[in-house]
Amino acid sequence: MIGIVRPEKANDVLEALYRAEVRGVSMSRVQGHGGELERVETYRGTTVQIGLSEKVRFEIAVSDAFVQPTIDALCAGGRTGEVGDGKIFVIDLERAVRIRTGESDDMAVTPVGS
Amino acid sequence: MFEIIAKVDTGDTAWMFAATALVLLMTPALGLFYAGLVRSKNTLNTFMMCVGAIAVALVTWAAVGYSLAFSEGGDLIGGLDFVFLQDVGFEPYEAKAATIPHLLFFAFQATFCIITTALVSGAVVERMRFGPFLLFAFLWSILVYSVLAYWGFGFGWLIEGGTLDFAGGIAVEMASGFSALAAALVVGARKDYGRQALLPHNAVYVLVGAGLLWFGWFGFNGGSGFGTGANSTLAFTNTLLTPACALLTWFALDAIRGRTVTAVGAATAIIVGCVLITPAGGFIAPGWAMVLGFVGALPCYALVAYRTRTRVDETLDVLAAHGIAGFTGIVVIGLVAQASWNGGLGDGLFYGNADLLWDQILAAIAVPAYAFIATYILLRVIGALMPLRGPEREEAIGMDVVHHGEEAYATGEGAILVSHEAGQERVPVGAKD
Repeated sequence: MIGIVRPEKANDVLEALYRAEVRGVSMSRVQGHGGELERVETYRGTTVQIGLSEKVRFEIAVSDAFVQPTIDALCAGGRTGEVGDGKIFVIDLERAVRIRTGESDDMAVTPVGS
Repeated sequence: MFEIIAKVDTGDTAWMFAATALVLLMTPALGLFYAGLVRSKNTLNTFMMCVGAIAVALVTWAAVGYSLAFSEGGDLIGGLDFVFLQDVGFEPYEAKAATIPHLLFFAFQATFCIITTALVSGAVVERMRFGPFLLFAFLWSILVYSVLAYWGFGFGWLIEGGTLDFAGGIAVEMASGFSALAAALVVGARKDYGRQALLPHNAVYVLVGAGLLWFGWFGFNGGSGFGTGANSTLAFTNTLLTPACALLTWFALDAIRGRTVTAVGAATAIIVGCVLITPAGGFIAPGWAMVLGFVGALPCYALVAYRTRTRVDETLDVLAAHGIAGFTGIVVIGLVAQASWNGGLGDGLFYGNADLLWDQILAAIAVPAYAFIATYILLRVIGALMPLRGPEREEAIGMDVVHHGEEAYATGEGAILVSHEAGQERVPVGAKD
C-alpha cells in the first residue's frame, strides 16, 4: 500500500498507524502535484510558481485483514479537508520475504511477537 | 574625585565606534541562533523577526525612545528634549559619556534597544503573525524598553537611588526575559507543543549564532564604560571569564542528567554566561566573575529543564537565559561588588555594605514586575485589534511560506519561472480557501 500525505501531517499519520497496530512502515520525502493551488514565491525579483509541493510517501506492506484499518489510519491522520491532502494506492503484493528468517508473505509482514 | 572635562577623546571614540558595530552584529547573530533552534519551515520568519526588530526599534529609538530614556525627566520617564535627535550633536553628553560625541552615544544605545526588542521574539516564534509582531515591537521598544532604560541607564528612580547596572541587567536582560514570559502566555503555545517532538533543525546555526553573540558581547559589555578606562577593561575581561565558567557548569549538569554533553546546551551556556556578567561586568573582581559563571548557571539550567514540562511554550527560553540570568547578575552585584575594582562606585554585602544589596533587590523585583505587566497588557490590546496568530493550517504549512513567500531551503525543483509579461496574479498560500 502507498500513501502520499502532507509532510506536516506525517506525525499524525504515524500516530494513527501506531494506534491501528500497523508496525511495518517505510517513509520517504517526495515532491508531487495533485491539483492543489500553486503558490508563488519571489526571490529578489525572480518570481516562481511552485508547481510541486513537498509530500511524504508511506510504503506499508500488510496482510489482508489490515488493509482497511491502514486506509482508515492514513485518512484519519492525513486529512485536513483542503485540496492537497494526498492519495492512497492499494496494490496487490506478489511476494514478501523477511530477510532475517526467510519467512515469506503474511508471515513476513506480521510484526515479531504478535 | 577629579573634575571630568567634557572633551572628545579620540581613543575612547574609536573604540566606541567599533563597539557600536559589534553590538549591532549581535542582532543578526541572535537571528541565526534562534533560526537554528526552530523547525526548518520557520527558519526565515524567525530570522526576520530579528531583522524586523532592527528596522522598527531603530526608528522608534531615533524618534522618541532615546529621548524618553536619556533626557532628564521625572522619576519614571524621561523628557522630550532629544526627540528626533534634536540637540544630539558632536559635543559629548557630559552627564552620561563625557569623552565621546553625543551622537555616537545615541548610536551605541540604539543597538541595545534593537537587540532587546529582538530578544523578546524568542517567546513567540513559529506561530505569531509577522504584522502584529512588528506592531508589538514598535510599541514595546517605547513603552517597555525606553522606560526601563530610563530607570537603569538614564535618570530614573533606580539609578538615582543607587542601583548599579553596568551594561543592561535591567533594561536588556530582565526586561526581555520577563516580557517574553508574558508574551508566551498571551500568544499561547504552538499547536504541536507537547504533542510532537519540536527539535532544533540546525544545531550548527545555534553554535555559530552563540559564538557571534559572544563576539558582539565584547562591544556590549566592553563598550558600556563608554571608553577605554578601567571599567571597560574589567568588563571586557569578565566577558571572557564568566561564559567559560558557565560552559563548564553546563557540561557537568548535562553529563550528570543525560550522560552526554550537548552542543545546543553549550550554545545556551554561552548566552547565559554573557548575560550573567552583563550587569556586573565593570563592578566585580575577575575571581567573582568566575564564581558568578559557575554558580549563576545553576538556576538557568534548572529553569530550562523545568520549563519544557509545563504548558508554557516560552519557546526559546528567553526567561531562563536572559530574565533569570540577568536577575542573578543584578543581585550578585549587591553581594560581591568591590570599590577597589569598580573605581569607588561601591562595595557589596561581602565587603561591608548591605545598602547596595537592597538597592539591587529593589531593581530585581520592580523591573520584572513592570516588564511582565506592561507586556501582558500591550499584547492583550494588540490582540483585541487583530489576531496575533493565524489559523492552525498556516502554522502547519510553516511561517516562511505563509508570511514571506519564501523557503529557507528552496531547491528550485518543480519551480516554474513566471514571466513578467504574463502579469500573473500573485496568490499567496492561505489567501484563498
